[in-house]
Amino acid sequence: MTIPLRLTLNGQPREIALDDPRVTLLDLLRERLGLTGAKKGCDRGQCGACTVLVDGRRINSCLTLAASLDGAEVLTIEGLAEGDRLHPVQAAFIAHDGFQCGFCTPGQIMSAVGLIREGHAGTDPERIREGMSGNLCRCGAYAGILEAVEDAAGQAEHREDAA
Amino acid sequence: MRTFDYIRPASVPEAVAAGQVPGTAFLAAGTNLVDLMKGGVATPERVVDITRLPGLSSIERLPDGATRIGTLVRNSDLAHDAMFEKTYPMVAEALLAGASAQLRNAATVGGNLMQRTRCPFFTDAVSPCNKRAPGSGCAALGHATRIHAVQGWSEHCIATHPSDFCVPLAALDAVVEIAGPDGAREVPLTAFHHLPGDHPERETELQPGELITGLRLPPEAASFRGHARYLKVRDRTSYAFAVVSAAAALTLEAGGRIGQARLALGGLALKPWRVAEAEAALSGQAPSPEAFAKAAAAALAGAKPTGEANAFKIELARRVAIRALTQAAAGTPARIPALPASPFGIV
Repeated sequence: MTIPLRLTLNGQPREIALDDPRVTLLDLLRERLGLTGAKKGCDRGQCGACTVLVDGRRINSCLTLAASLDGAEVLTIEGLAEGDRLHPVQAAFIAHDGFQCGFCTPGQIMSAVGLIREGHAGTDPERIREGMSGNLCRCGAYAGILEAVEDAAGQAEHREDAA
Repeated sequence: MRTFDYIRPASVPEAVAAGQVPGTAFLAAGTNLVDLMKGGVATPERVVDITRLPGLSSIERLPDGATRIGTLVRNSDLAHDAMFEKTYPMVAEALLAGASAQLRNAATVGGNLMQRTRCPFFTDAVSPCNKRAPGSGCAALGHATRIHAVQGWSEHCIATHPSDFCVPLAALDAVVEIAGPDGAREVPLTAFHHLPGDHPERETELQPGELITGLRLPPEAASFRGHARYLKVRDRTSYAFAVVSAAAALTLEAGGRIGQARLALGGLALKPWRVAEAEAALSGQAPSPEAFAKAAAAALAGAKPTGEANAFKIELARRVAIRALTQAAAGTPARIPALPASPFGIV
Protein backbone atom coordinates (compact mmCIF):
# COMPACT_ATOMS: atom_id res chain seq x y z
CA MET A 1 0.00 0.00 0.00
CA THR A 2 1.48 3.34 -1.07
CA ILE A 3 0.31 6.47 0.68
CA PRO A 4 0.67 9.67 -1.32
CA LEU A 5 1.96 12.55 0.77
CA ARG A 6 2.33 16.20 -0.19
CA LEU A 7 4.47 18.33 2.09
CA THR A 8 6.00 21.76 1.98
CA LEU A 9 9.40 21.02 3.45
CA ASN A 10 11.59 23.99 4.35
CA GLY A 11 9.68 26.03 1.80
CA GLN A 12 9.92 23.50 -1.04
CA PRO A 13 6.90 21.48 -2.23
CA ARG A 14 7.59 17.75 -2.02
CA GLU A 15 5.57 14.80 -3.24
CA ILE A 16 6.38 11.59 -1.45
CA ALA A 17 5.05 8.09 -2.05
CA LEU A 18 5.10 6.53 1.39
CA ASP A 19 5.48 2.75 1.20
CA ASP A 20 4.96 2.07 4.91
CA PRO A 21 2.33 3.66 7.18
CA ARG A 22 4.58 3.19 10.24
CA VAL A 23 7.08 5.82 9.14
CA THR A 24 7.23 8.73 11.56
CA LEU A 25 8.01 12.25 10.44
CA LEU A 26 11.41 11.90 12.13
CA ASP A 27 12.27 8.74 10.19
CA LEU A 28 11.00 10.27 6.96
CA LEU A 29 13.29 13.28 7.45
CA ARG A 30 16.36 11.37 8.55
CA GLU A 31 16.21 8.09 6.67
CA ARG A 32 14.44 8.99 3.45
CA LEU A 33 15.01 12.68 2.83
CA GLY A 34 18.56 13.02 4.13
CA LEU A 35 17.73 15.72 6.67
CA THR A 36 19.57 14.54 9.76
CA GLY A 37 19.33 17.78 11.75
CA ALA A 38 16.37 16.57 13.81
CA LYS A 39 17.83 13.98 16.16
CA LYS A 40 16.53 10.64 17.39
CA GLY A 41 17.13 10.74 21.13
CA CYS A 42 14.51 8.75 23.00
CA ASP A 43 12.16 8.22 20.00
CA ARG A 44 9.27 8.29 22.51
CA GLY A 45 8.40 11.97 22.93
CA GLN A 46 10.35 12.45 26.13
CA CYS A 47 13.54 14.28 25.14
CA GLY A 48 12.59 16.83 22.46
CA ALA A 49 15.69 16.23 20.29
CA CYS A 50 13.38 15.57 17.30
CA THR A 51 11.48 18.86 17.60
CA VAL A 52 10.43 20.45 14.29
CA LEU A 53 7.69 22.92 13.34
CA VAL A 54 4.58 21.57 11.62
CA ASP A 55 2.28 24.31 10.32
CA GLY A 56 4.28 26.73 12.44
CA ARG A 57 3.97 24.79 15.71
CA ARG A 58 6.68 22.84 17.49
CA ILE A 59 5.94 19.13 17.87
CA ASN A 60 7.80 15.88 18.53
CA SER A 61 8.41 14.43 15.06
CA CYS A 62 9.12 10.98 16.56
CA LEU A 63 5.48 10.59 17.65
CA THR A 64 3.91 11.89 14.44
CA LEU A 65 3.03 9.44 11.69
CA ALA A 66 4.14 10.98 8.41
CA ALA A 67 1.01 9.66 6.70
CA SER A 68 -1.14 11.94 8.85
CA LEU A 69 0.62 15.10 7.61
CA ASP A 70 -0.68 15.31 4.04
CA GLY A 71 -0.70 18.99 3.06
CA ALA A 72 1.37 20.16 6.02
CA GLU A 73 4.22 22.68 6.13
CA VAL A 74 7.29 21.31 7.87
CA LEU A 75 10.23 23.44 9.00
CA THR A 76 13.40 21.75 10.25
CA ILE A 77 16.69 23.16 11.50
CA GLU A 78 18.03 22.90 7.92
CA GLY A 79 15.44 25.44 6.76
CA LEU A 80 16.06 28.04 9.45
CA ALA A 81 19.06 30.02 8.20
CA GLU A 82 18.86 32.23 5.11
CA GLY A 83 21.93 31.19 3.19
CA ASP A 84 24.90 32.05 5.39
CA ARG A 85 22.81 34.30 7.61
CA LEU A 86 21.88 32.44 10.77
CA HIS A 87 18.42 32.71 12.27
CA PRO A 88 18.53 34.98 15.36
CA VAL A 89 17.88 32.00 17.66
CA GLN A 90 20.82 30.10 16.11
CA ALA A 91 23.04 33.16 16.54
CA ALA A 92 21.91 33.57 20.16
CA PHE A 93 22.79 29.94 20.96
CA ILE A 94 26.33 30.60 19.70
CA ALA A 95 26.63 33.95 21.47
CA HIS A 96 25.53 32.45 24.81
CA ASP A 97 27.23 29.08 24.47
CA GLY A 98 23.88 27.29 24.66
CA PHE A 99 25.28 23.81 24.11
CA GLN A 100 28.09 21.45 24.83
CA CYS A 101 27.98 18.24 22.77
CA GLY A 102 25.35 19.65 20.40
CA PHE A 103 23.12 16.60 20.08
CA CYS A 104 20.02 18.22 21.59
CA THR A 105 20.75 21.60 19.97
CA PRO A 106 18.64 21.37 16.78
CA GLY A 107 15.66 20.36 18.93
CA GLN A 108 16.41 23.10 21.46
CA ILE A 109 16.63 25.72 18.72
CA MET A 110 13.45 24.61 16.93
CA SER A 111 11.65 24.50 20.27
CA ALA A 112 12.87 28.02 21.10
CA VAL A 113 11.71 29.29 17.69
CA GLY A 114 8.31 27.73 18.39
CA LEU A 115 8.20 29.17 21.92
CA ILE A 116 8.95 32.70 20.69
CA ARG A 117 6.30 32.41 17.95
CA GLU A 118 3.73 31.23 20.50
CA GLY A 119 4.30 34.48 22.37
CA HIS A 120 3.23 33.39 25.87
CA ALA A 121 6.57 33.41 27.65
CA GLY A 122 7.99 36.78 26.65
CA THR A 123 11.39 37.26 28.29
CA ASP A 124 10.29 35.93 31.70
CA PRO A 125 12.97 33.36 32.63
CA GLU A 126 10.54 31.23 34.65
CA ARG A 127 8.08 31.04 31.73
CA ILE A 128 10.91 30.29 29.29
CA ARG A 129 12.21 27.46 31.50
CA GLU A 130 8.70 26.01 31.81
CA GLY A 131 8.09 26.45 28.06
CA MET A 132 11.34 24.65 27.22
CA SER A 133 10.79 21.73 29.62
CA GLY A 134 10.13 19.35 26.73
CA ASN A 135 13.78 19.58 25.65
CA LEU A 136 16.35 17.75 27.70
CA CYS A 137 20.09 18.51 27.62
CA ARG A 138 22.21 15.77 29.12
CA CYS A 139 25.28 18.03 29.15
CA GLY A 140 23.34 20.39 31.39
CA ALA A 141 23.82 23.49 29.24
CA TYR A 142 20.56 24.91 30.52
CA ALA A 143 22.05 28.15 31.83
CA GLY A 144 23.36 29.08 28.38
CA ILE A 145 20.20 27.85 26.67
CA LEU A 146 18.06 30.04 28.92
CA GLU A 147 20.24 33.10 28.22
CA ALA A 148 20.09 32.41 24.49
CA VAL A 149 16.30 32.13 24.46
CA GLU A 150 15.90 35.24 26.64
CA ASP A 151 18.15 37.18 24.27
CA ALA A 152 16.40 35.95 21.11
CA ALA A 153 12.95 36.58 22.64
CA GLY A 154 14.00 40.11 23.54
CA GLN A 155 15.26 40.73 20.00
CA ALA A 156 11.97 39.41 18.58
CA GLU A 157 10.04 41.84 20.82
CA HIS A 158 12.19 44.75 19.60
CA ARG A 159 11.60 43.76 15.97
CA GLU A 160 7.85 43.74 16.63
CA ASP A 161 8.04 47.16 18.31
CA ALA A 162 9.95 48.52 15.33
CA ALA A 163 7.52 47.03 12.80
CA MET B 1 5.86 -1.57 15.55
CA ARG B 2 3.47 -4.03 13.98
CA THR B 3 2.30 -2.93 10.58
CA PHE B 4 -1.28 -1.88 9.97
CA ASP B 5 -3.64 -0.70 7.28
CA TYR B 6 -3.88 3.08 7.18
CA ILE B 7 -7.31 4.54 6.47
CA ARG B 8 -8.10 8.22 6.00
CA PRO B 9 -11.88 8.74 6.09
CA ALA B 10 -13.44 11.93 4.70
CA SER B 11 -16.30 12.29 7.19
CA VAL B 12 -17.42 11.30 10.68
CA PRO B 13 -19.88 8.65 9.35
CA GLU B 14 -17.08 7.15 7.25
CA ALA B 15 -14.80 7.10 10.29
CA VAL B 16 -17.47 5.44 12.43
CA ALA B 17 -18.09 2.82 9.75
CA ALA B 18 -14.36 2.11 9.47
CA GLY B 19 -14.02 1.98 13.25
CA GLN B 20 -16.50 -0.84 13.67
CA VAL B 21 -14.12 -3.43 12.29
CA PRO B 22 -12.43 -5.30 15.18
CA GLY B 23 -8.76 -4.41 15.69
CA THR B 24 -9.22 -0.79 14.58
CA ALA B 25 -7.81 2.23 16.41
CA PHE B 26 -8.63 5.88 15.77
CA LEU B 27 -5.56 8.09 15.34
CA ALA B 28 -5.63 11.77 16.28
CA ALA B 29 -2.23 13.32 17.12
CA GLY B 30 -0.89 9.92 18.15
CA THR B 31 1.11 11.27 21.09
CA ASN B 32 -0.04 8.34 23.21
CA LEU B 33 -1.13 5.79 20.58
CA VAL B 34 2.07 5.91 18.47
CA ASP B 35 4.15 5.63 21.64
CA LEU B 36 2.17 2.53 22.70
CA MET B 37 2.46 1.06 19.20
CA LYS B 38 6.24 1.52 19.27
CA GLY B 39 6.35 -0.34 22.57
CA GLY B 40 4.16 -3.18 21.33
CA VAL B 41 1.45 -2.31 23.86
CA ALA B 42 -1.07 -1.27 21.23
CA THR B 43 -1.13 -3.49 18.13
CA PRO B 44 -4.01 -2.29 15.94
CA GLU B 45 -4.49 -3.99 12.59
CA ARG B 46 -6.13 -0.89 11.16
CA VAL B 47 -5.53 2.75 11.99
CA VAL B 48 -8.24 5.23 11.07
CA ASP B 49 -6.70 8.71 10.84
CA ILE B 50 -9.27 11.27 11.99
CA THR B 51 -6.92 14.26 12.05
CA ARG B 52 -8.31 15.88 8.90
CA LEU B 53 -12.02 15.30 9.57
CA PRO B 54 -13.94 18.54 9.05
CA GLY B 55 -15.97 20.30 11.75
CA LEU B 56 -14.26 18.93 14.85
CA SER B 57 -11.74 21.71 15.55
CA SER B 58 -13.72 24.64 16.91
CA ILE B 59 -14.42 26.14 20.34
CA GLU B 60 -17.91 27.64 20.46
CA ARG B 61 -19.84 29.46 23.16
CA LEU B 62 -23.47 28.35 22.77
CA PRO B 63 -26.47 30.70 23.24
CA ASP B 64 -27.36 29.09 26.60
CA GLY B 65 -23.89 29.82 28.02
CA ALA B 66 -22.52 26.31 27.50
CA THR B 67 -19.27 25.79 25.59
CA ARG B 68 -18.67 23.11 23.00
CA ILE B 69 -15.12 22.00 22.21
CA GLY B 70 -14.46 19.93 19.09
CA THR B 71 -12.57 16.72 19.71
CA LEU B 72 -9.64 17.73 17.47
CA VAL B 73 -8.93 21.02 19.27
CA ARG B 74 -5.30 20.89 20.37
CA ASN B 75 -4.55 21.16 24.09
CA SER B 76 -2.48 24.34 23.70
CA ASP B 77 -5.10 26.04 21.50
CA LEU B 78 -7.78 25.38 24.10
CA ALA B 79 -5.63 26.53 27.02
CA HIS B 80 -4.73 29.79 25.25
CA ASP B 81 -8.17 30.57 23.82
CA ALA B 82 -8.99 33.94 25.42
CA MET B 83 -12.67 33.16 26.14
CA PHE B 84 -11.89 29.68 27.40
CA GLU B 85 -9.05 30.72 29.71
CA LYS B 86 -11.13 33.50 31.25
CA THR B 87 -14.28 31.38 31.66
CA TYR B 88 -12.76 28.06 32.77
CA PRO B 89 -9.41 29.06 34.29
CA MET B 90 -8.77 25.84 36.19
CA VAL B 91 -9.24 23.80 33.02
CA ALA B 92 -6.70 25.98 31.20
CA GLU B 93 -4.30 25.70 34.14
CA ALA B 94 -4.65 21.90 34.16
CA LEU B 95 -3.97 21.74 30.41
CA LEU B 96 -0.82 23.83 30.79
CA ALA B 97 0.33 21.67 33.70
CA GLY B 98 0.28 18.59 31.48
CA ALA B 99 3.06 17.14 29.30
CA SER B 100 5.43 19.45 27.37
CA ALA B 101 4.76 22.33 24.99
CA GLN B 102 5.47 20.07 21.98
CA LEU B 103 2.99 17.45 23.18
CA ARG B 104 0.34 20.05 24.06
CA ASN B 105 0.68 21.52 20.55
CA ALA B 106 -0.25 18.14 19.09
CA ALA B 107 -2.45 16.34 21.62
CA THR B 108 -6.21 16.64 21.14
CA VAL B 109 -9.16 16.95 23.48
CA GLY B 110 -10.61 13.54 22.62
CA GLY B 111 -7.19 11.91 22.72
CA ASN B 112 -6.65 13.23 26.22
CA LEU B 113 -9.79 11.41 27.40
CA MET B 114 -8.69 8.23 25.60
CA GLN B 115 -5.09 8.15 26.86
CA ARG B 116 -4.07 4.95 28.60
CA THR B 117 -2.67 4.43 32.06
CA ARG B 118 1.06 4.91 32.62
CA CYS B 119 1.21 1.90 34.95
CA PRO B 120 4.69 0.53 34.11
CA PHE B 121 3.40 -3.05 34.12
CA PHE B 122 0.87 -2.08 31.44
CA THR B 123 3.35 -0.15 29.29
CA ASP B 124 6.18 -2.70 29.42
CA ALA B 125 4.15 -4.98 27.10
CA VAL B 126 5.33 -8.16 28.83
CA SER B 127 4.20 -8.23 32.48
CA PRO B 128 0.92 -9.87 33.40
CA CYS B 129 -1.71 -7.13 33.02
CA ASN B 130 -5.47 -7.63 33.01
CA LYS B 131 -5.93 -4.42 31.07
CA ARG B 132 -3.58 -5.35 28.23
CA ALA B 133 -4.07 -9.13 28.32
CA PRO B 134 -7.35 -9.93 30.12
CA GLY B 135 -7.03 -12.81 32.56
CA SER B 136 -3.22 -12.66 32.78
CA GLY B 137 -3.20 -11.14 36.27
CA CYS B 138 -1.92 -7.86 37.72
CA ALA B 139 1.83 -7.61 38.12
CA ALA B 140 1.51 -4.25 39.83
CA LEU B 141 -0.28 -5.66 42.86
CA GLY B 142 2.37 -6.36 45.46
CA HIS B 143 4.87 -4.22 43.57
CA ALA B 144 2.86 -1.10 44.18
CA THR B 145 4.53 2.16 43.32
CA ARG B 146 3.70 5.75 44.02
CA ILE B 147 1.56 6.13 40.89
CA HIS B 148 -0.92 3.41 41.80
CA ALA B 149 -4.48 3.83 43.00
CA VAL B 150 -5.86 4.41 46.48
CA GLN B 151 -9.50 4.75 45.41
CA GLY B 152 -11.72 2.52 43.30
CA TRP B 153 -9.15 -0.19 42.55
CA SER B 154 -9.79 -3.90 42.44
CA GLU B 155 -7.63 -6.98 42.86
CA HIS B 156 -7.56 -7.14 39.05
CA CYS B 157 -6.12 -3.67 38.41
CA ILE B 158 -4.63 -0.90 40.52
CA ALA B 159 -3.78 1.54 37.73
CA THR B 160 -4.59 5.26 37.67
CA HIS B 161 -5.77 7.52 34.85
CA PRO B 162 -3.01 9.99 33.99
CA SER B 163 -5.00 12.97 32.67
CA ASP B 164 -4.83 16.41 34.26
CA PHE B 165 -7.45 17.86 31.89
CA CYS B 166 -10.12 15.35 32.91
CA VAL B 167 -9.93 16.33 36.59
CA PRO B 168 -11.40 19.87 36.31
CA LEU B 169 -13.68 18.64 33.51
CA ALA B 170 -15.19 16.12 35.92
CA ALA B 171 -15.60 18.83 38.56
CA LEU B 172 -17.44 21.04 36.05
CA ASP B 173 -19.86 18.30 34.88
CA ALA B 174 -18.47 18.13 31.34
CA VAL B 175 -20.39 15.98 28.87
CA VAL B 176 -18.73 13.80 26.21
CA GLU B 177 -20.38 13.94 22.78
CA ILE B 178 -20.12 10.69 20.84
CA ALA B 179 -20.94 9.62 17.28
CA GLY B 180 -21.66 5.95 16.67
CA PRO B 181 -23.27 3.45 14.34
CA ASP B 182 -26.66 4.23 15.92
CA GLY B 183 -26.26 8.01 15.80
CA ALA B 184 -25.14 10.55 18.36
CA ARG B 185 -25.24 10.18 22.13
CA GLU B 186 -23.80 11.86 25.21
CA VAL B 187 -22.17 10.56 28.37
CA PRO B 188 -21.24 12.60 31.46
CA LEU B 189 -17.46 12.67 31.81
CA THR B 190 -17.79 11.28 35.34
CA ALA B 191 -19.36 8.13 33.85
CA PHE B 192 -17.08 7.93 30.79
CA HIS B 193 -14.11 6.15 32.41
CA HIS B 194 -14.76 2.82 34.08
CA LEU B 195 -13.35 1.65 37.39
CA PRO B 196 -11.55 -1.66 36.90
CA GLY B 197 -13.82 -4.05 38.82
CA ASP B 198 -13.68 -7.51 37.25
CA HIS B 199 -13.01 -6.16 33.75
CA PRO B 200 -10.09 -3.72 33.67
CA GLU B 201 -9.93 -4.12 29.89
CA ARG B 202 -13.26 -2.25 29.57
CA GLU B 203 -11.79 1.18 30.02
CA THR B 204 -14.46 3.56 28.77
CA GLU B 205 -18.09 3.81 27.76
CA LEU B 206 -17.18 3.77 24.06
CA GLN B 207 -18.49 0.86 22.02
CA PRO B 208 -16.70 -0.39 18.87
CA GLY B 209 -16.88 2.25 16.15
CA GLU B 210 -17.93 5.02 18.51
CA LEU B 211 -15.94 8.21 18.16
CA ILE B 212 -15.71 11.18 20.52
CA THR B 213 -16.76 14.24 18.52
CA GLY B 214 -16.56 16.85 21.27
CA LEU B 215 -16.97 17.94 24.84
CA ARG B 216 -19.52 20.28 26.31
CA LEU B 217 -19.26 22.34 29.46
CA PRO B 218 -22.74 23.18 30.79
CA PRO B 219 -23.76 26.82 31.46
CA GLU B 220 -23.21 26.53 35.26
CA ALA B 221 -19.53 25.70 34.69
CA ALA B 222 -18.88 29.38 33.92
CA SER B 223 -20.10 30.52 37.36
CA PHE B 224 -16.91 29.28 39.06
CA ARG B 225 -14.53 31.44 37.03
CA GLY B 226 -13.62 33.76 39.93
CA HIS B 227 -12.66 31.02 42.37
CA ALA B 228 -11.17 28.04 40.61
CA ARG B 229 -7.73 26.40 40.81
CA TYR B 230 -5.94 23.25 39.76
CA LEU B 231 -3.09 22.08 41.96
CA LYS B 232 -0.73 19.29 40.90
CA VAL B 233 1.95 17.59 42.99
CA ARG B 234 4.52 15.59 41.03
CA ASP B 235 8.08 14.32 41.15
CA ARG B 236 9.40 17.33 39.20
CA THR B 237 7.76 20.70 38.64
CA SER B 238 7.30 20.42 34.88
CA TYR B 239 6.69 17.64 32.37
CA ALA B 240 5.64 14.89 34.78
CA PHE B 241 2.41 13.10 35.60
CA ALA B 242 0.59 13.94 38.82
CA VAL B 243 1.24 11.92 41.91
CA VAL B 244 -1.85 13.66 43.27
CA SER B 245 -3.82 16.63 41.93
CA ALA B 246 -6.97 18.56 42.79
CA ALA B 247 -9.41 20.78 40.93
CA ALA B 248 -11.29 23.05 43.33
CA ALA B 249 -13.98 25.57 42.40
CA LEU B 250 -16.31 27.67 44.50
CA THR B 251 -19.01 30.26 44.11
CA LEU B 252 -19.04 32.78 46.97
CA GLU B 253 -22.23 34.55 48.01
CA ALA B 254 -22.57 38.18 49.03
CA GLY B 255 -21.90 37.45 52.71
CA GLY B 256 -18.78 35.51 51.77
CA ARG B 257 -20.28 32.08 52.38
CA ILE B 258 -19.82 29.28 49.85
CA GLY B 259 -22.70 28.80 47.44
CA GLN B 260 -21.66 25.83 45.33
CA ALA B 261 -18.46 23.85 45.64
CA ARG B 262 -16.76 21.46 43.24
CA LEU B 263 -13.84 19.21 44.09
CA ALA B 264 -12.25 16.48 41.98
CA LEU B 265 -8.99 14.67 42.70
CA GLY B 266 -6.52 13.23 40.19
CA GLY B 267 -3.89 10.51 40.54
CA LEU B 268 -6.00 8.44 42.92
CA ALA B 269 -8.03 6.17 40.65
CA LEU B 270 -8.77 5.14 37.08
CA LYS B 271 -10.98 8.21 36.81
CA PRO B 272 -11.13 11.68 38.35
CA TRP B 273 -12.36 11.17 41.92
CA ARG B 274 -15.36 13.30 42.79
CA VAL B 275 -17.44 12.79 45.93
CA ALA B 276 -20.84 14.49 46.29
CA GLU B 277 -20.64 14.54 50.11
CA ALA B 278 -17.40 16.53 50.01
CA GLU B 279 -19.02 19.24 47.92
CA ALA B 280 -22.26 19.24 49.92
CA ALA B 281 -20.25 19.69 53.13
CA LEU B 282 -18.98 23.05 51.84
CA SER B 283 -22.24 24.55 50.64
CA GLY B 284 -23.44 27.32 52.97
CA GLN B 285 -20.20 27.31 54.98
CA ALA B 286 -17.77 30.18 55.43
CA PRO B 287 -14.49 29.32 53.69
CA SER B 288 -12.24 28.13 56.53
CA PRO B 289 -9.50 25.59 57.17
CA GLU B 290 -11.97 23.55 59.21
CA ALA B 291 -14.59 23.48 56.44
CA PHE B 292 -11.97 22.56 53.83
CA ALA B 293 -10.56 19.80 56.07
CA LYS B 294 -14.02 18.33 56.46
CA ALA B 295 -14.58 18.33 52.69
CA ALA B 296 -11.16 16.82 52.04
CA ALA B 297 -11.84 14.04 54.56
CA ALA B 298 -15.12 13.26 52.81
CA ALA B 299 -13.34 13.13 49.43
CA LEU B 300 -10.87 10.59 50.81
CA ALA B 301 -13.50 8.46 52.58
CA GLY B 302 -12.89 4.78 51.89
CA ALA B 303 -9.41 5.37 50.46
CA LYS B 304 -7.17 2.33 50.78
CA PRO B 305 -3.55 1.93 49.66
CA THR B 306 -2.55 -1.09 47.57
CA GLY B 307 0.61 -1.44 49.67
CA GLU B 308 3.08 0.48 51.77
CA ALA B 309 4.52 2.31 48.76
CA ASN B 310 1.43 4.38 48.04
CA ALA B 311 -0.06 4.78 51.53
CA PHE B 312 1.35 8.32 51.68
CA LYS B 313 -0.93 9.39 48.83
CA ILE B 314 -4.01 9.47 51.05
CA GLU B 315 -2.57 12.08 53.41
CA LEU B 316 -0.97 13.91 50.48
CA ALA B 317 -4.30 14.03 48.63
CA ARG B 318 -6.03 15.35 51.76
CA ARG B 319 -3.53 18.18 52.02
CA VAL B 320 -3.61 18.92 48.28
CA ALA B 321 -7.42 19.12 48.40
CA ILE B 322 -7.29 21.55 51.32
CA ARG B 323 -4.64 23.70 49.62
CA ALA B 324 -6.56 23.76 46.32
CA LEU B 325 -9.76 24.80 48.10
CA THR B 326 -7.82 27.49 49.99
CA GLN B 327 -6.36 28.81 46.73
CA ALA B 328 -9.78 28.74 45.05
CA ALA B 329 -11.31 30.74 47.92
CA ALA B 330 -8.52 33.32 47.58
CA GLY B 331 -9.55 33.88 43.97
CA THR B 332 -8.41 32.94 40.49
CA PRO B 333 -5.17 34.78 39.65
CA ALA B 334 -5.35 37.35 36.84
CA ARG B 335 -2.91 35.29 34.80
CA ILE B 336 -2.02 31.61 34.96
CA PRO B 337 1.22 31.39 36.97
CA ALA B 338 4.54 30.77 35.21
CA LEU B 339 4.56 27.29 36.74
CA PRO B 340 0.94 26.22 36.21
CA ALA B 341 -0.71 24.30 39.04
CA SER B 342 2.55 24.11 40.95
CA PRO B 343 2.66 24.34 44.74
CA PHE B 344 5.97 26.18 44.24
CA GLY B 345 4.59 28.86 41.93
CA ILE B 346 3.59 32.37 42.87
CA VAL B 347 0.00 32.51 44.23
